[in-house]
Amino acid sequence: MRAIQLTGLALFILGFGLFLASFFMADYKISRSDFDKVVAHEGKTQGILTFTPEIVDTEYSTNFGFVGTIQKGINTYNRQQMMLFALKESEINLLISELGPPPYTFSLEMLNYIYPKINTSTIFKRRKMEEYGNWLEGRKYDSREALKKDLMSVANTINDYGIISEVGIDRYKARDIRYEATKLASHGPIKSSPGLFLALCYLLPIIGAMMYLLPKNKLDGPAGIKNNGIFHSALKNKGWLGIMLGSFLIVFYIILYFFPEYMTEWIIMVDPVSQLLKNSDASRFFLYGFIYTLCILVMGVRMFIKYRHSKYQIMRTISVMFFQTAFAFLIPEILLRLNQPYFDFKNIWPLDYDFFFDNELNQLISSGSLGIFMLGWGIALIIIAVPVFVYFFGKRWYCSWVCGCGGLAETLGDPFRQLSDKSLKAWKIERWMIHAVLAFSVVMTGGVLYTYWSGNSWLGVIDSYTLREVYGVYIGAGFAGVVGTGFYPLMGNRVWCRFGCPLAAYLGIVQRFKSRFRITTNGGQCISCGNCSTYCEMGIDVRWYAQRGQNIVRSSCVGCGVCSSVCPRGVLNLENRDEEGRFGQPILIGNDSIKVEA
Amino acid sequence: MAHIVIIGNGIAGITCARHVRKQGGDQITVISGETEHFFSRTALMYIYMGHMKYEHTKPYEDWFWEKNKIDLVFDFVTGIETGAKSLQLKSGKKIKYDKLVLATGSQPNKFGWPGQDLPGVQGLYSYQDLETLEKNTGNCKRAVIVGGGLIGIELAEMLASRKIPVTFLVREKSFWDLVLPAEESAMINRHIVEHHIDLRLDTELKEIKAGPDGKASAIITSTGEEIPCQVVGLTAGVHANIDLAKSFGVETKRGILVDDHLQTNLPDVYAIGDCAELRNPLPHRKAIEQVWYTGRMMGETLALTLTDKPTRYVPGIWFNSAKFLDIEYQTYGSVPAIASEGVDSFWWEHAAGKKGIRINFDQATGTVLGMNAMGIRQRHEVWDGWIRQKTKVDRVINELEKANFDPEFFDTCEQEIRAAFSTQFPYFEIEKKRKKKLFGIF
Repeated sequence: MRAIQLTGLALFILGFGLFLASFFMADYKISRSDFDKVVAHEGKTQGILTFTPEIVDTEYSTNFGFVGTIQKGINTYNRQQMMLFALKESEINLLISELGPPPYTFSLEMLNYIYPKINTSTIFKRRKMEEYGNWLEGRKYDSREALKKDLMSVANTINDYGIISEVGIDRYKARDIRYEATKLASHGPIKSSPGLFLALCYLLPIIGAMMYLLPKNKLDGPAGIKNNGIFHSALKNKGWLGIMLGSFLIVFYIILYFFPEYMTEWIIMVDPVSQLLKNSDASRFFLYGFIYTLCILVMGVRMFIKYRHSKYQIMRTISVMFFQTAFAFLIPEILLRLNQPYFDFKNIWPLDYDFFFDNELNQLISSGSLGIFMLGWGIALIIIAVPVFVYFFGKRWYCSWVCGCGGLAETLGDPFRQLSDKSLKAWKIERWMIHAVLAFSVVMTGGVLYTYWSGNSWLGVIDSYTLREVYGVYIGAGFAGVVGTGFYPLMGNRVWCRFGCPLAAYLGIVQRFKSRFRITTNGGQCISCGNCSTYCEMGIDVRWYAQRGQNIVRSSCVGCGVCSSVCPRGVLNLENRDEEGRFGQPILIGNDSIKVEA
Repeated sequence: MAHIVIIGNGIAGITCARHVRKQGGDQITVISGETEHFFSRTALMYIYMGHMKYEHTKPYEDWFWEKNKIDLVFDFVTGIETGAKSLQLKSGKKIKYDKLVLATGSQPNKFGWPGQDLPGVQGLYSYQDLETLEKNTGNCKRAVIVGGGLIGIELAEMLASRKIPVTFLVREKSFWDLVLPAEESAMINRHIVEHHIDLRLDTELKEIKAGPDGKASAIITSTGEEIPCQVVGLTAGVHANIDLAKSFGVETKRGILVDDHLQTNLPDVYAIGDCAELRNPLPHRKAIEQVWYTGRMMGETLALTLTDKPTRYVPGIWFNSAKFLDIEYQTYGSVPAIASEGVDSFWWEHAAGKKGIRINFDQATGTVLGMNAMGIRQRHEVWDGWIRQKTKVDRVINELEKANFDPEFFDTCEQEIRAAFSTQFPYFEIEKKRKKKLFGIF
């Protein structure tokens, strides 16, 4: 048995090591025609290659070298375009110097003097000044300085926002070029046999993991809570292994969200799977969904073994495995294959923060009756499913039975649940943070919808596009991804759900004030041992309530049921009962001397 | 404003301190030489097993004590002057008190075995015992545990969790059979063996032998067998820790004798928890009850008396719980190891042999007297009510679902239990019953 486990561990490490090594396994070389395809603009391709011809038809042995050269080419090209097209102070000065005596009345006609329509550069500058500066038309100024100030401010805005986006390569386009070019340029063992590497880097670790996990059914002794050695473990108690795993996850997420051009080998590897599902190559988020689902499935098997004495744990693990595989992974991909919008039927705004973005709405609305159904379904989840289901079952129906983030936390994250902070201080921080994110998501969505209906993106203090970009980068990618999962081995498996998820905040408010759900404590049986609090992934100090005989009614409780599972005295139980008495007085049964109000 | 000094920061002493604070503004000092802060003694095993760290076993965060103006003194009391109402501490400090509470707990029993004080031989009660165990088991090829009670089986589980082979000597014919009826006890015997613990029933310790290094190296059993081992755990029960009380003239027997108000023979000196012995225990209750819950209840009760609301200590229906390796045990009311005259005892056991329910009831009147639950969770409140209200056993059996406290989706056994009851006691009328609601609503 033990030998099988060790072999499994070795296979896992081998496969995972190969996965990491594959990062470096390709060489990169792109043809002129492929690069043309990627840039998709004849003039710009030409411009980039004039100064940096070594981008094409040159062999690079690392993606760092290749990506660096592309970026160098883009930067050089952008600088050159800026020299050509940027509005200069000297030009403005020239205009000012030609003015007669005050007062001065500005007219766009005056631009003719410095920007006559003689070449592309002056035509461009003239057009931009007219676009950005039409509010200056007819304005009166007492001094040259005042007019210059206004002209300079328009010129600076154009220089900052109006040039690169039109005649250069802006950062979004640059990211796409880097990613697309790298994927096309890659050649080597992975590109030539992705199927083989898929098997080696995924199948091998899965087989290894199963060989390691399944014998636990026997090796760990009779069914029951076996948290033996968790706080002696280098992985599960923030030891060197935990820190390494956390660092890996953080780096993985940063690459995924911000530098996808470096993970092209990993994406090429899953191209065959993507082809099978939807007849097209994989994207980085296909890769992410694929790995994510595998993690939930493999670690779900671990849950079956670890909690084989508890049907509650088994049922909800089956549930998260099902919802991830079917709803989050397969159905959206199959929808794409059928030329329908990508749609995750179990994702709910505001966790699904881009549900109301104009591009998403337009796509749904233009996709016929299925699109309209999806739109209605998404809205119904928000305004009907959340309050009704939370009323009957508590927020657990979503957070620990359906949700993808919850699904990963409850499977891959289960070994780290004991690392959540239980202090009162952490609870205070949690309430501020999670409700701030909820407020942010509501304001952001409100702004986006205002822009959608009015066509006006300026919200008085900030632009709605900037607002949604900030939300996407800092909350959607940074908090939910990098921190939310990367910090599993450092701060427990529910960092995002506890401190950040705006949907959890919404579900929690309903759970706190209008629900039949509570955790009941059993009379006077608590011995204050602390297992419940220690293993609460949400950092609820369960014992505080249990030892005074009080129901646990907390907005953050996701109803994972582990407090009840680890309780050695059968004190805790998750129950849906009449609302009456839910907030009852704490009562410890057993002492007739006094009515104890603990 | 009185100065109330409590010696001992276990569950009894700390509960008392907390409840005195709820009652008013008295000055409160708690003295302990064991640990600086209150921790849950019942959780010591989980620290060793790696389920928790020491800080997880502290039920209150460290700021709690200052916020609630409960002064903690990390020191030993070495002497008491009752005339001057003053305590002498090991550090040399003196503390004056107006009212003194002794909550000094218990100590492991040692029965004069040869070699019982050798290095490598230890009990398991205090935080220091845990540290000793950590040291003793650093390089341990086999451990022997002497004494088949709750601490014995916990220690066996602890050592087994570190893959240390364990021999478990139990004096009785079956595990804990002075408390558990035969079937429950047999179930635990089987479960111990299932965990690969070398269970030796009906076997006593005769002698512990020292090796050349002066440490315990083997034990000899009452059957004459020599078992080599590096660690010997003495877990043959505990006795009240009364040394300090005795030294200054408090009346003691097996424990510190207290009246109905938990007061000793000396004015303004009280005793609670494991160390207290009631002069007039309630019928069916023992004079010394060394469990967590009675310590807590005594603390709750004494806090009222100390704050000028004299209150008699009247524990309600007996209850207790434990976990034997993976099998949880709960008991409510009176279930002696051997049912007394005039008491019928119903026992149902699940086919897999890891769940069981016993219900004792009065033969003549049919009222339930007590229950044991093995591997099934039961609702304290419901059983407390049934026993208190002298509910008839047939009604209890018919309404058994009300007492079920198992998590959702767990297999329910009530139908099977009812069938077994009908077979064993056919003269009661038992209904055929509906199924449990799914999620509590459908």
